[in-house]
Amino acid sequence: MCTYLTEKVDVEGSGKGATGWFGLTEASVYFDHPQHARAEHTVNIDFLNPGEGPSARVAVELTAASARALAAAIERALAAVPPGLV
Amino acid sequence: MSDAMMAETISITGHGGDRIEAYLARPLGDGPYGGVVVIHHMPGYDEGSKEITRTFAVHGYLAICPNLYSREAPGASPDDAAAVARAQGGVPDDRLVGDVGGAVEYLRSMPASNGKAGTIGYCSGGRQSFLAACSLPLDAAVDCYGAFVVGTPPEGMPLKVGPIVHLAEHLSCPLLGLFGADDSHPSPDQVAELDKVLTNLGKPHEFHTYEGAGHAFFSVNRPAYRPEAATDGWQKIWDFYGRYLAG
Repeated sequence: MCTYLTEKVDVEGSGKGATGWFGLTEASVYFDHPQHARAEHTVNIDFLNPGEGPSARVAVELTAASARALAAAIERALAAVPPGLV
Repeated sequence: MSDAMMAETISITGHGGDRIEAYLARPLGDGPYGGVVVIHHMPGYDEGSKEITRTFAVHGYLAICPNLYSREAPGASPDDAAAVARAQGGVPDDRLVGDVGGAVEYLRSMPASNGKAGTIGYCSGGRQSFLAACSLPLDAAVDCYGAFVVGTPPEGMPLKVGPIVHLAEHLSCPLLGLFGADDSHPSPDQVAELDKVLTNLGKPHEFHTYEGAGHAFFSVNRPAYRPEAATDGWQKIWDFYGRYLAG
């Protein structure tokens, strides 16, 4: 199925796309059919900078379990940062 | 009979007089041939959509697939263009009708045209095929698992699409619907509801729902591909277009 649901979030940082590094301004997260992953549905994350055109995009397609593991890993990494740095 | 065909990227006039990219495939004979507008799925104007377009030409139809994301992402790769279109809320309905209308006009103006034209759409394009058939004078339309013809989209959905079953009274041509029993967008209940609405309105239509198939069962390069359903679905399409579009 196409879920059509898309979570959008403003982000600050950089991503490396097909033509090199660029600044990121937003990310889209949605659960839908992947372009490439060999699964019927995946969590698809696009890191974007619309101001630099459609190709300013870093895309990942993760299985639901992988996406949850990644989210938990991000939280663990941030929790381990010494006080005062974040 | 010659089976020669050709395919190329062209530019056509779409909604609001905009020039948009399109992929044209046509038999090289003199015709007369029916015309098919292929409405690509949400992942965009990709290789699979172009292959489908060529398949119609091989079977004796003038076929054209407009790039519905031409404006958002000219020249971008199909997946990048689809991501932009998705982030912006998808293709507005009025623009879709204008773009498909332009494609239909292009096909009907071709010297080899028999004057007839139909649509076929997949995924979001299935809904858009129904929308076009309710908005333009067409000869046949095919809806492959289009969601939200009936049924309210989930709360907070960013896409600019809503149910369009209220347009059914304006359906201008026979409709072929091909669906997967395991799909939830559209669900079998939603397919049954549309079937009932069209029956009550006396609109000619035929629906087929395949067991063991879900959404996107025609997509040969995706895990959702279901060869049995897709093979039978293609036969249903040739039979349907053979009656309403061919020659």
